Amino acid sequence: MPDNHYDAIVVGSGISGGWAAKELTEKGLKVLLLERGRNIEHVKDYHNAHKEAWDYPHRNEPTQEMIAKHPVLRRDYPLNEATMGMWADEQANPYVEEKRFDWFRGYHVGGRSLLWGRQSYRLSPMDFEANQREGIAIDWPIRYEDIAPWYDYVERFAGIAGTQEGLDILPDGEFLPPIPLNCVEKDAAKRIKEAFGGQRHLIHSRVANITQPKPEQNRVNCQYRNKCWLGCPYGAYFSTQSATLPAAVATGNLTLRPFSIVSQVLYDKDRQRARGVEVIDAETHEVHEYTADVIFLNASTFNTTWILMNSATDVWEGGLGSSSGELGHNVMDHHFRCGASGEVEGYLDKYYFGRRPAGFYIPRFRNVGDEQRSYVRGFGYQGAASREGWDREIAELNIGADLKQALSQPGGWTIGMTGFGEMLPDHDNRISLDHSVRDKWGLPVLSIDVELKQNERDMRRDMVQDAVDLLEAAGVKNVTGDVGDYAPGMGIHEMGTARMGRDPKTSVLNSHNQVWDAPNVFVTDGACMTSSSCVNPSLTYMALTARAVDYAVEELKRGNLS
Amino acid sequence: MNRRELLKMIALTTGTAMIGGKSLFAFSDAGQSGHPFSSRDVERLDELAETILPRTDTPGAKDAGVGEFMALFVSDCYTPSEREVFYFGLAQLEARSRAAYERDFIALSGEQRLELVNELDREAMAHAQQQARRKQPTPAEALTAETQTAQNQTAETQSSQEHADSEKALPHYFTMMKQLTLFGFFTSEVGATEVLRYEAVPGRYEGCAPYNGEPAWAT
Repeated sequence: MPDNHYDAIVVGSGISGGWAAKELTEKGLKVLLLERGRNIEHVKDYHNAHKEAWDYPHRNEPTQEMIAKHPVLRRDYPLNEATMGMWADEQANPYVEEKRFDWFRGYHVGGRSLLWGRQSYRLSPMDFEANQREGIAIDWPIRYEDIAPWYDYVERFAGIAGTQEGLDILPDGEFLPPIPLNCVEKDAAKRIKEAFGGQRHLIHSRVANITQPKPEQNRVNCQYRNKCWLGCPYGAYFSTQSATLPAAVATGNLTLRPFSIVSQVLYDKDRQRARGVEVIDAETHEVHEYTADVIFLNASTFNTTWILMNSATDVWEGGLGSSSGELGHNVMDHHFRCGASGEVEGYLDKYYFGRRPAGFYIPRFRNVGDEQRSYVRGFGYQGAASREGWDREIAELNIGADLKQALSQPGGWTIGMTGFGEMLPDHDNRISLDHSVRDKWGLPVLSIDVELKQNERDMRRDMVQDAVDLLEAAGVKNVTGDVGDYAPGMGIHEMGTARMGRDPKTSVLNSHNQVWDAPNVFVTDGACMTSSSCVNPSLTYMALTARAVDYAVEELKRGNLS
Repeated sequence: MNRRELLKMIALTTGTAMIGGKSLFAFSDAGQSGHPFSSRDVERLDELAETILPRTDTPGAKDAGVGEFMALFVSDCYTPSEREVFYFGLAQLEARSRAAYERDFIALSGEQRLELVNELDREAMAHAQQQARRKQPTPAEALTAETQTAQNQTAETQSSQEHADSEKALPHYFTMMKQLTLFGFFTSEVGATEVLRYEAVPGRYEGCAPYNGEPAWAT
């Protein structure tokens, strides 16, 4: 075999790519893992992991220079001194916004697994059935039962802290002990349960932060610093670096190649199979070819789709997987920043110790059972209660020693939450290639044309009002409904541009995440999602990836992929 | 929760959202190094900050180097128009001091300084309250506005609109000075570890710990 041949190639090293690499190498395949950005070594390269606000010249706030260089990132919290260099260079990697779309990208080994929110929930049986029942888009080609064992499998390895709740809407899993609620949240949970007749639940958030050590993975349990975004020196949260990459490396079967931009999947017309990928070295701009029997595309939803669009264009004008007419369509995100907050009386003899990387979760309760709102689907809430700090308002104290003294003591308790709403797949919400704009490597860029539609707009009204009602039922005072700035993409949950389905005429992938037009190409990142549910999607990408690898390796053995 | 929490920057005692940084969109005139404030200016800012957060049995603003921090933050993180307001404010501080006491701000007695700064604080609060009355849409209004702008919103129109909004709503200069004093002090090592409480590696989370009057957690 020539030295540029591997059994499998994985494109992208984020959450799903890390899983693909781990599973493939553990099954004995020689794997090339390609990453477009630089390497970040676990612990060693977490340069800011032990820094505090005072270690940054501007106390972690962005400068005007940073703002000018990051016209997209500046729209939200990710622009700060602590995570500079962890987000894609916007000058080298432009994209076109037909409508405002906030695309926050992590171009480095580990991708956004180093920057994710770690909230980990299963889709429910209802989620997999909703499209078909409501006649929206197309039916998922799988059901909850198909993915459930794979949820078990990835939860056991990743380590998800949470509680068994026995709710149909949010299936339980294999959990480590939860990260505790504080006393205000616990009481709010009780009151909400009573006020809504057991139909609405405030539960522990389920997060990929381990609450017990995993010595077999060299991971220490969470130390409650709440600095996950700086890279965890304890390996306490699940990331490519802390978990899947070391497992893949340990097999001796992995080759990791950073600075490798995959420009296309090389397609063999005669065999109707992919034979490999073309790679542009991001540093030298040299072009290389690597070949493999099976290819996993895990470059993140939009970039995976970009690769497909740029591949096999001599056969299909719109690229590999475009024969369905759905490649690049049906963009989804989770819309959020609609919620409520208020003040909690009392509990002044209570405080907390430690900083949680978690809070509470209120699972979806709308359009469940027989209820029919003016919109379909629903939303869940994420929130937390805490005592106010020095940045609170003390109207009666203006300046001087009394002000200093007052601000050095904790204030009263407040509680707040924001809804995360399901976004329907809509054919008109799409990405496409724009050949008139080129990136640093001369490659065409993506043009994004996405907007919220009426269903999401209607849902947002409930997301605010229900949050107000929930908090008032919990006894919270001075509750205000909150609507923050949101544009599609801001949820950082892009999904749907190469969806799974039952029919090659209406979907890009089959029920095992194989591209219909090239069965040795698998897509298991967010691009594969047929609907979005309202829960954070990463856990589902992990489970679908492990499931697809299992299938791919069996198919390889049967000779069906060559 | 941290990733999803709005970075709740200080609306604080000043009644205005944090000035500078990403809360306001702006054009850059990058390329400056250090800051253009004179050492005399930094001294003034230090004295002003110390008046707002004085040393007591715990350290005060000067101990935390707040004057120097303010100068750097204003130079690097403020927009040009915000910087203008701040520079104007620094000149005003001197002018007001001379008009009332015929002395430099630095030369004022502690009592005079407190009197003048209290006066500025009242003016700034009144200014902030007036501005607050003008904005603040209800959630329903915000959702309606969101729908309307979404119809034809592009990245460019959104950005220029936010810029225009930020220009209209420039705060009182003393609001800036007070915010930066509080922010600079409580996020400093001195403020966070000697005035507030700081635990680098808590190691555990207790959600219902008894509280007996200890300082607040710094972070």
